[in-house]
Amino acid sequence: MLLKDKVVIITGAGNGIGRATAVRFSKEGAKLVLADLDKEGLKTTAGELGKSAKFTPVECNVTIRDEVQKMVDTAVEKFGQLDILINNAGINMDGLTTRIKDGEVKLMSDDKWDAVIDVNLKGTWLCSQIAAVPMIQQKSGRIVNTSSIGALGNVGQSNYAASKAGVIGLTKTLALEWARYNIAVNCVAPGATKTQMTAGIPDKILEQFLGRIPFGRMADPEEIAAVHLFFSSDMASFITGQVLFVDGGVSVGV
Amino acid sequence: MTETNKKLLLSGKAAIVTGGSRGIGNAIALDLAKNGANVAINYRTSDKAAKETVKKIEAMGQKGLAVQADVSSFTDAQNMTDTVVKEFGGLDILVNNAGVNRDGVIWKMEEEQWDEVIAIDLKGTFNYIRAAAPIFKEQGSGKIVNVTSINGLRGKFGQSNYTAAKGGVNALTKTVARELGRFNVNVNAVAPGLIETEMVKQAPENVREMALAEILLGRLGQPEEVAWVVTFLCSEQARLITGEVITVDGGQYL
Repeated sequence: MLLKDKVVIITGAGNGIGRATAVRFSKEGAKLVLADLDKEGLKTTAGELGKSAKFTPVECNVTIRDEVQKMVDTAVEKFGQLDILINNAGINMDGLTTRIKDGEVKLMSDDKWDAVIDVNLKGTWLCSQIAAVPMIQQKSGRIVNTSSIGALGNVGQSNYAASKAGVIGLTKTLALEWARYNIAVNCVAPGATKTQMTAGIPDKILEQFLGRIPFGRMADPEEIAAVHLFFSSDMASFITGQVLFVDGGVSVGV
Repeated sequence: MTETNKKLLLSGKAAIVTGGSRGIGNAIALDLAKNGANVAINYRTSDKAAKETVKKIEAMGQKGLAVQADVSSFTDAQNMTDTVVKEFGGLDILVNNAGVNRDGVIWKMEEEQWDEVIAIDLKGTFNYIRAAAPIFKEQGSGKIVNVTSINGLRGKFGQSNYTAAKGGVNALTKTVARELGRFNVNVNAVAPGLIETEMVKQAPENVREMALAEILLGRLGQPEEVAWVVTFLCSEQARLITGEVITVDGGQYL
């Protein structure tokens, strides 16, 4: 087991990649704090963990400081320490930034911009900032952030792309700031992955997407979870500040 | 890698590791074997270190093979690959690790210094990929990992030949990832920073001190820490990762 008795917080654990990561990490012996806004989703995730799994669910909005503090406190109070943070919670609210159709001006709303930046970028910053406190005290820790292939630019995702590109800058800065405390900060950038987020993509766009992937298929959430595991395990003991695209080759040469 | 993961990751896979009898390559050869692979290494002139490595591989219950081959020779690479396929019954993994450096500032660098490093580090990598590619293409699977250097990404005083070769391998990695992607072949590179090999242990103290000042994690990497990343990339855990150059440098390049 690669994560025996490691204490891990996974945000966005009620769905998709977060759920797959919870299942995988549990198999590897980790003690989990599963955070999500979606209570039902957390229940489903809990149901997929083995009988001997050690975990505690926490309802948490990653954009709210007090809730994030409570989430981190839960890890330390329940399991005595915090070793790993998986910043996985994320949303998208797509739309063209500016559009004029039949003379009518249509703009992406402030709400859409703010909500996505808040969850994806500020949420990652906030969770990292607060989780780093026990990690700095114990002089060890690992943080894995989630960017996206979308960080390289995607039509209809100005808010999402900006948030995910921001996560890359944040990853490198936190790696620089916290290396002295033996905290590694890395980032996984998934390509199109079979989750709720991509379930709504129209077939036509999906086909175009697949055509651009050298491996010719989407990722399963378990394939992203495997890379979370890599960054969280001793296999990556000398890696920090790294952004790893897990995308079947889409980003090669971009 | 931990013992519990033994056999899980690379059971029965056939691997070539060039330059596998010393330093990082040796750690890679041994870690692949530890994880269940049969491993072939090459040696240029003296077979002493190579035979010792083979013994260690066999002691782990795997097949080991030492083949005389100069990586800069196209014919040797073809012959070695044929031999490995015959002895191991196939080929699944190719790790291009063999490399040399012949440092000197550009205004003093001899043509021979340039040619030798390019022949071994860059053409040598091409030679083995060229030999393995038809096999991987035919069987619709395969893993290629090239060992480069962070200096191939950023340049290094006194290493015009070495950085050109390693930078070339990084680009080669991406091109071959594109070309072999549709055949389900993963092609990646690991770019180590300063790793504590025998060669580095013998380097002048100021070389080590200068590097240490750059490394965020405040210590040199161990050969095993590079090997673990290579093992990960050769495993099915990383099956969606291709065309990536992963720095294993404790944040030295950041």
